[in-house]
Amino acid sequence: MYQYDTIDKEFLADRAAEFKQQVERRLAGEITEDQFKMLRLRNGLYLQLHAYMLRVAIPYGSLNATQLRKLADIGRRYDKGYGHFTTRTNLQFHWIKLREAPAILEELATVDLHAIQTSGNCIRNVTSDPYAGATAEEIDDPRVWSEAIRQWSMLHPEFSHLPRKFKFAVTAAPKDRTAARVHDIGLVVRRARDGTMGFEVIVGGGMGRTPYVGPTIKEFLPANRLFSYLDATLRVYNRHGRRDNAYKARIKILVAALGAEEFRRQVEEEWEKVGPGADMPDTEIARIRAAFSVKAFDTLVNRSEAFETAKAADPAFARFARNNLKPHKRPGYTIVEISLKGIGDTPGDATSDQMDAVADLGERYGQNDIRITHEQNLVLPHVKLDDAHAVFQGLAAAGLATPNINLISDIIACPGLDYCALANARAIPIAQDIAHRFADQDRAELVGELKIKISGCINACGHHHVGHIGILGVDKKGEEFYQLTLGGSGAEDAEVGKMLGPALPADRVTDAIDTIVEVYLRERADGERFLDTFRRTGVAPFKEAVYAEAH
Amino acid sequence: MPKLIRIEDGQFVSADDPFTHVADDEGMPPGDVIISLTRFSAEGDALISQGRAVGVRIEPDEEVEALAYDLPKLAVVAVAFPKYRDGRGFSTSHLLRQRFGFKGEVRAVGEVLREEANFLTRCGCDSFETADGSSPEQWAHAANRHRHVYQRASDGRIPAFTERAES
Repeated sequence: MYQYDTIDKEFLADRAAEFKQQVERRLAGEITEDQFKMLRLRNGLYLQLHAYMLRVAIPYGSLNATQLRKLADIGRRYDKGYGHFTTRTNLQFHWIKLREAPAILEELATVDLHAIQTSGNCIRNVTSDPYAGATAEEIDDPRVWSEAIRQWSMLHPEFSHLPRKFKFAVTAAPKDRTAARVHDIGLVVRRARDGTMGFEVIVGGGMGRTPYVGPTIKEFLPANRLFSYLDATLRVYNRHGRRDNAYKARIKILVAALGAEEFRRQVEEEWEKVGPGADMPDTEIARIRAAFSVKAFDTLVNRSEAFETAKAADPAFARFARNNLKPHKRPGYTIVEISLKGIGDTPGDATSDQMDAVADLGERYGQNDIRITHEQNLVLPHVKLDDAHAVFQGLAAAGLATPNINLISDIIACPGLDYCALANARAIPIAQDIAHRFADQDRAELVGELKIKISGCINACGHHHVGHIGILGVDKKGEEFYQLTLGGSGAEDAEVGKMLGPALPADRVTDAIDTIVEVYLRERADGERFLDTFRRTGVAPFKEAVYAEAH
Repeated sequence: MPKLIRIEDGQFVSADDPFTHVADDEGMPPGDVIISLTRFSAEGDALISQGRAVGVRIEPDEEVEALAYDLPKLAVVAVAFPKYRDGRGFSTSHLLRQRFGFKGEVRAVGEVLREEANFLTRCGCDSFETADGSSPEQWAHAANRHRHVYQRASDGRIPAFTERAES
């Protein structure tokens, strides 16, 4: 993993000191709440319904055990003993006191963590593949580029006052676990026929009230020209993106208004002028790359007798292994996904004790490497199959062994009206109710891969547009209603879901999901996922069944 | 004479401002003036031939490219930030310095706040008509809070990747 050097550490310390002074000025009444607002937002501090919320960045979703223990510790001492992992692979504390925020940032800086650029109209935390460095699918380690982008974007002189927030995703595997096509910029590592490394550059995807799957504006950008191309792209956006209406200010609106072709032309024209002088030196990329390539894998055989014996003896472990273990590139290793979607729990929440448990397991069995997924789960990317049962038992003891990765109860949900001042409706209780309905693991496995994503408002923090089943909370004359969409995907086959029909009251949502699942089970052909069946049949059979019952 | 904050020999100091901002519908006072791009197109050459120093104010929606050929004649380019949030001026300043090699004064005007000092300075602004009454000391403190920077920019600070390569 990348280790922060003196420069990175001093940068974070300086930032924490700056914020401390700003909070002191606010508490002394030297600046107004309005003037203070932009300063706190630059440090991830939001004022929510009940308290301040602090959003801590987890760059490209990668943590070591010490960092996760620090987050647990902060949760215990400054919050109510838990934290919430988000779809941006950040961690939010929802019960923060303003006067304690500077101390928290100081403590975070001691373990190389921060809250810089987790809000505001700037370049946000980069999303990357949680299986980076562990999956055989990837053609490069996307964390190398993610870390380079982190550095380039930190207090960027020109691009810290953009028309609107700006989000990057970087992946290097054909199976996209980052939702690259619904980001402001998605970078997919490609290799040219001659072996040269480069990126497919996707610009202008996004969710919110105008969802778009982003168009590819460059099929192959040579990797060593990445930063000049980003400069050009961001400059076109900074100068020409709309600033008159926050809802029309994301880059997706500019790309759609100009058309992908014209946007590409403007970027290429600017890129010519920028030239290679704006690229990051190869030596710096090499330095970052070296930090990620240090790995201490043992030479093992594919089959682990201990693993096979444990599966045969422990059906619960066998189920966990079926659903939560993923193939690793090295023989005898596995990727362990840890579900933060325990039945009846709040999606993405982890208690401080649970964080400590994961930190211990990661340190003992997982090369001290812990990842966060944009689907609000955790990953131990490098576990020996021989150790998988011990990890499972450790997780089970912490209440973290829910065997439901990618299944119907592995639901993404935003905090919703329970916490958020923007929300129209609650998201968490809907997720909990659906999870209870499908608590029978045999049935859930029979249904197979089915991604439900819930947002409490049109800002779409719960990614409902790209849920196989999306659920959007809306306000109808003061009552919470829910709009269902079907057939969305945030993966390599990205698509925006299609509206099912009129919004449903809260107490009808779980029944409707149940009905949709029944229609799928009836209609599906061999080997079809829900998404495949839906794409074949269209919305009609689902719509008919859900609304027939309403009459 | 009104004051502004200016970078002189790498230091932020309080300096006299000899320029008068003149709106499009105002009469032309004597002395050094800063005028709009529109007014400069019409009257710029005449004013310069009178021997006075002339500056042009660029609004966020105006393209600095329009001024490219006139830059050698200008004493000042005033980059307007009507709202601190409006970041287009940062691109304008960057282009003035990096693409057009403008050596004159790049002045930040509008809602120019201490908390933006770092970004403004890095993009090449070297004088500041502050909107928050900052002293040069406060301004310098805000601009120099970070010991390290990660990007090449117009202020010539050594970026982290160069610091590392040289250490």
